[in-house]
Amino acid sequence: MSLKVTQPGLLSLLQDKGRYGKHQIGLTNGGPLDPAAAQLCNRLLGNTANATVIEASFGGLQLEVLNDTFICVTGAQMPLKINNKDAARYAVHPVFAGDQLSLEFAEAGCRAYLGVADGFQIVQSFGSSATVVREHIGGLKGEKLDVGDVLNCPEVNQRRLFFINPESQPRYHDTVTVRVIPGYQQQHFSRLQQRRFFSHRYTVSDRCDRMGYRLEGPAITCDLEGILSEGICHGAIQIPADGQPIVLMNDRQTIGGYPKIGAALSLDTAALAQLTPGGTVHFTPVTPHAAHNALHLAASVTRRQRLLERPA
Amino acid sequence: MILHSAGEDALIAYLGEETSPAVSARVQAAAVAVQAALGDDLIDLVPSYASLLIIYDPLLTDHLSVAHRVREAIANSGNESTSEGRVVTLPAYYDVEVGEDLPALAERAGLSTDEVIALHSGTDYRVYAIGFAPGFAYLGQVDERIAAPRLATPRQKVPRGAVAIADRQTAIYPAVSPGGWNLIGRCPVRMFDPDADPIMPVSVGDIVRFAPIERDEYLAMGGEL
Repeated sequence: MSLKVTQPGLLSLLQDKGRYGKHQIGLTNGGPLDPAAAQLCNRLLGNTANATVIEASFGGLQLEVLNDTFICVTGAQMPLKINNKDAARYAVHPVFAGDQLSLEFAEAGCRAYLGVADGFQIVQSFGSSATVVREHIGGLKGEKLDVGDVLNCPEVNQRRLFFINPESQPRYHDTVTVRVIPGYQQQHFSRLQQRRFFSHRYTVSDRCDRMGYRLEGPAITCDLEGILSEGICHGAIQIPADGQPIVLMNDRQTIGGYPKIGAALSLDTAALAQLTPGGTVHFTPVTPHAAHNALHLAASVTRRQRLLERPA
Repeated sequence: MILHSAGEDALIAYLGEETSPAVSARVQAAAVAVQAALGDDLIDLVPSYASLLIIYDPLLTDHLSVAHRVREAIANSGNESTSEGRVVTLPAYYDVEVGEDLPALAERAGLSTDEVIALHSGTDYRVYAIGFAPGFAYLGQVDERIAAPRLATPRQKVPRGAVAIADRQTAIYPAVSPGGWNLIGRCPVRMFDPDADPIMPVSVGDIVRFAPIERDEYLAMGGEL
């Protein structure tokens, strides 16, 4: 009753929506770096929103199907092959015991989501199946997927074959505009430093992972060298001594002592997570009010996204 | 109290500027008050030395409403006497065998290792914050005489249970991890055990006291070398 990992690819992790309300014992959130893509995967499959999927980063994931079920792939443009034949992304496919699934390396974007009907059945840790390797928590023993791992999922023989048109699918670019709510120690960055931050382009360095994306560009200085360690929210932008911004992501430490200029919108950290090293980032300031409008608008667009259906 | 935006779903309240039991108690009181005021709109709280990060559900409420309720809750919590933290005694085996930096720290302080141990175990510490890693509790303040900067080159692997000092903070590593703190001993009690109830022996606001133990006691309590 399962899928078996025959090639784990560069980094494949089991993720549900993430682990919330556990910061007071030091646990971070985890969860999909591109939550909308993971959510759409579950929606196409007719799953609950919190069903566990695989987040495949960069690609190279291969699985063997051990029982009949349905699969769907969303997110980064990683060509999907079923028994070596091309299959559409953003579409539900029936798969049968013995089938070989392959997610090739990404042609655009970085994080793809592979889901199965009813989700992978993973024992929850602290209320979530989200894998956080740094904490050794979630997924299968807190680790990334490896050759031979068996991922339990129920046998399913009936599912509606939903899909969305290619023109409705997200596109991934090399440049991302990241909206930032100025906050935290913002007033300790001079007007000149803030202008520098918001008017120059930054490049994604090769030090980017699920904890944070370290960028390279004009150095930003802060009046403060360090601060008393304080809570770090999702998207917070740390400016360490070298002046190179770090955008903190899902697996960030929950507290830290570097000054922060503000925090990126979650909609834009999702876009940032689809960049690979060398990608370009441009920051633009927004008010909390504008951020909330953007969130509600995105939620509404998601709700109204029409699913098409092909006959079984 | 100063309230700043943190992000699209978070505000941060600053309740003081320095590390002190009084400021920490205000943070604790604010956490209790904010929790009650925000109810289901609240997703998480991160209390720390002098601040409280408040994370809310931005699809259920908005920053103006949250800011308003947080200000009111914290203003009304100001004079309430907060419950005193529990006193938790944790055993510690202090020796160069498990505390590699003990001799260097003593030499730097101009003290004997026994004096360092006496100063470290003779101070009551407050749990100021929990974070960095699951179960990692920041304890303060270490006696100034044995305060020590972080190592220039962090260790790749600090063992679980390591008792360590960085500046005027001390901590017990809850799991094997990289780390740059000065190692002075080892505690046999697990600081983070997902199968235990409670998961952590301490929470923010508690008082921690170290009780020196001998090598054989440490081993008998399940300590590893």
